[in-house]
Amino acid sequence: MSRLKTPVAADDHRSGPDDAPVTLVEYGDFECPYCGAAYPIVESVRRTMGTRLRFVFRHFPLTQMHPHALHAAEAAEAAGAQGKFWQMHEMLFDHQDALEDADLIGYAKALHLDAKRFTSELASNVYVDRIHDQIQSGIRSGVNGTPTFFINGVRHDGTWEESDLLAALEAAAA
Amino acid sequence: MSSALAAGVAAPDFRLNSTPDQKVKLSDFRGNPVILAFYPADWSPVCGDQMSLYNEILPEFRRLGAQLLGISVDGVWCHRAFAEARKLHFPLLADFEPKGEVARAFGVYRTDDGISERALFVLDGDGVVRWSYVSPIGVNPGADGILEALESLSGGKEKP
Repeated sequence: MSRLKTPVAADDHRSGPDDAPVTLVEYGDFECPYCGAAYPIVESVRRTMGTRLRFVFRHFPLTQMHPHALHAAEAAEAAGAQGKFWQMHEMLFDHQDALEDADLIGYAKALHLDAKRFTSELASNVYVDRIHDQIQSGIRSGVNGTPTFFINGVRHDGTWEESDLLAALEAAAA
Repeated sequence: MSSALAAGVAAPDFRLNSTPDQKVKLSDFRGNPVILAFYPADWSPVCGDQMSLYNEILPEFRRLGAQLLGISVDGVWCHRAFAEARKLHFPLLADFEPKGEVARAFGVYRTDDGISERALFVLDGDGVVRWSYVSPIGVNPGADGILEALESLSGGKEKP
């Protein structure tokens, strides 16, 4: 049974109460169509679980397969540095087929970010080390593709169809 | 229940095609650790499937001095198309004729299905199995076990 080796920490992107009984960690890739398909499902289970769930997103860009994935992850981090990680996360999953740098900068503007800072941070790869650390933590934890989910630290090997994911989360909450 | 070769057993040597005109012999890798990744079939319909994941982690395997070999019962042309589509940078070996012979020798052939298990072996530089793992067929085992096995082989030391 694979377990999350890097516990959720203060520098993780977290949504939901820190004392929630269940923590769902996703390792994902903004260019991966399966992550895109999982996105509305995760949103839906978050609504259903409410304050019983804390959601954490970590980057796992499959760069050999997805040429835009690393830059998209950097864009999410750059938005996060300006307090809008989740807004960019949503924007990227809503526009998986348009992830060129010009698109990313367009999204930053649409989210009213400081576009100059965003563009410069993207160009100088400010957040690449952080993303690589997350990839390493994923590899060490048994991430086996994208998306990979961990529920209270244990890899979820079932499907991420809504009913399966929700049942697993409810079981963890019980 | 699985009869996969366990730690301490010398791995049986084999010679399989890696491309239509090239063969790979296991014993040619003596001196360095080898990762044998048996998998059921090319073209599994997921992103970041097992082979694509290992492709991403390849630099990490190389840092530990190890050679990765993927093995399935698919033929060389199928492997070639799959490797090109996924941009794989390591050999895929065709356990094609006699079908599954190498998988059988390692104890990981599924006779009823005609494919191999999803099985991992880490061999040391002397060709001895130092770690093996058979994953449930539908579950991609990831790479954490491989990396831990390689690190325990090298005592945590990196190859210069």
